[in-house]
Amino acid sequence: MHLERAHNHNWRKIKSALASGIAFVSAVLVITPLGLVFFHLLINGASSVNWDFFTKLPAPVGAVGGGMVNAIVGSLELLAIAGVIGIPIGVLGGVYLAEYGSARLNSILRFLADVLNGVPSITWGVVVYGLVVLRFKGFSAYAGGLALGLIMIPLILRTTEEVVLLVPNGYREAALALGVSRWKTIVHIVMKTASRGIITGILLALARIGGETAPLLFTAFGNRFWNHSLSEPIAALPLQIFTYAISPYDDWHRQAWAGALVLVTGIFCVNVLVRILTRGRGAPVV
Amino acid sequence: MEVATAPASKAFGAPGEPASARQVMARPSRFGDKAFEWLTCAMALTVVVLVILTGWELWIGSVGAIKKFGFHFLVTSTWDPVADQFGALPFIYGTLVSSLIALLIAVPLGIATAAYLTELAPLWIRQPLVSLIEMLAAIPSVILGLWGIFVMIPWLRDYPFAWLKRFFGWTPLFSGSIYGPCMLAGGIIIAVMILPIIVSVSREILRSVPDLQREAAYGLGATRWEATRIAVLSYAKKGLFGAVILGLGRALGETMAVTMVIGNTPQIVASLFQPGYTLASVLANEFTEATTDIYLQALFEIGLVLFGITILVNLLAQLLLRTISTTSATRAVQ
Repeated sequence: MHLERAHNHNWRKIKSALASGIAFVSAVLVITPLGLVFFHLLINGASSVNWDFFTKLPAPVGAVGGGMVNAIVGSLELLAIAGVIGIPIGVLGGVYLAEYGSARLNSILRFLADVLNGVPSITWGVVVYGLVVLRFKGFSAYAGGLALGLIMIPLILRTTEEVVLLVPNGYREAALALGVSRWKTIVHIVMKTASRGIITGILLALARIGGETAPLLFTAFGNRFWNHSLSEPIAALPLQIFTYAISPYDDWHRQAWAGALVLVTGIFCVNVLVRILTRGRGAPVV
Repeated sequence: MEVATAPASKAFGAPGEPASARQVMARPSRFGDKAFEWLTCAMALTVVVLVILTGWELWIGSVGAIKKFGFHFLVTSTWDPVADQFGALPFIYGTLVSSLIALLIAVPLGIATAAYLTELAPLWIRQPLVSLIEMLAAIPSVILGLWGIFVMIPWLRDYPFAWLKRFFGWTPLFSGSIYGPCMLAGGIIIAVMILPIIVSVSREILRSVPDLQREAAYGLGATRWEATRIAVLSYAKKGLFGAVILGLGRALGETMAVTMVIGNTPQIVASLFQPGYTLASVLANEFTEATTDIYLQALFEIGLVLFGITILVNLLAQLLLRTISTTSATRAVQ
């Protein structure tokens, strides 16, 4: 009897260790693609990230060489347009959810924002195609920026709301008690206190849309030359990577790897910056 | 009242006249407050506008195709732009099958990883692992697709696919020749894309399980795994289901990486080694090539179908996750 129980106990311990082992292997499997992607980006792309890559336009089809300077600049222009649309709407909307509104309306708005965050990004491309490209008869940087900006809105809205809610109520009460009007309290005290968190949310949203390709396929469209006006098609780094990756030319594949390495490096730099911003003082606020 | 205002006005350095005291203490104008509230309210309401606008725009764009093909659009499988015949069945099939493969891979791995991160792992390893998974989530889809084309597919073709064919080639699922880009490869790349969200949402759910549950299990002499299984995982079942549905929503709409590895052939065949096509990838590939009005309208209708499916799946996921977070929160308080 006693022996049997001890035996049973040992078996249970073995089972527990086994389960931990399986869970550990799962965790390793989950992060394996990350390591592999990095490894291959470095060995396939590092040698092609050179001065030409950052200074030259793409070479004519079939020719060897050239760079992606127009795509890098184009991506930055698109991010700027998206930011002009997405940041004010997202931040002010998030402030509304945190500071005003009835509980019922706010929970509906919050819910819709979460649902919008799950809508496939290519849907925004289709919507903007109908809204802008068909109406103004052509692909343009404006259309691409708008598609990216629409993706930013629900993202920034939710992160802003979260950090504004973290500002202690005492700050608001102190300002109001001094006779400061409510909107000045919100802008100068609450938003200023939460600014670090708000900026973190904006940076994360920019990092997310910086790698988006699907919404740009039929809005920004891509361009092998410099873009001289925002109402013309414009190149973007992720678009260029896609075009080069599915092309039949070896030299384009080489440049796709280089572009991917540059894009991932940019996105990771932003993520590291966010980590530095949010660390230091513990909470994302103050 | 006189007694109260007089010292106040002195404190502000005003001569002792009641009128100027009233001026100093005058209520600030309400205009700024109202304007700011309306401004922020308008900005918050854009999420409502966006949902309606998206539905409306997709509907307007596809109304011609809806009138012409009706319900047949969803159940016929001819996709022939030259003959103006459009049926979305192969794309719906491809989307569902590739997402199902992705879930079959990502759900066990994701939940096991979340359990490892919250219950089983040594404390020092948890934060670095979480950071690595966040980094995986930050990799753009197009880059994973690039890696999929040039690294993953050649490897899959030479080792796991050949192995599957040797041992399971007699089943219809793994029959036929191996090309490389195929439904199975698409499912695997979607699994990689949705793993981070499944892990991070499941982890939040498991973390919200009250410690009382764990203490009770350990108090009864449970081993670590028994406590995880009985007290934590089964307690969080509903929330984990929500996490899976959220992952499904992302899987259905995943575009770039899938487009690059699935082979892009509209067909319905049992073999997973055959190329397939999804709703999102047909949009990505053919939208700029649509030459006729009806072609464009058919593609808009594909977008409408995709939007409808993902909205429903996300609604379900949010409902599941919301009920969980409120009930577990109230229970934790009690």
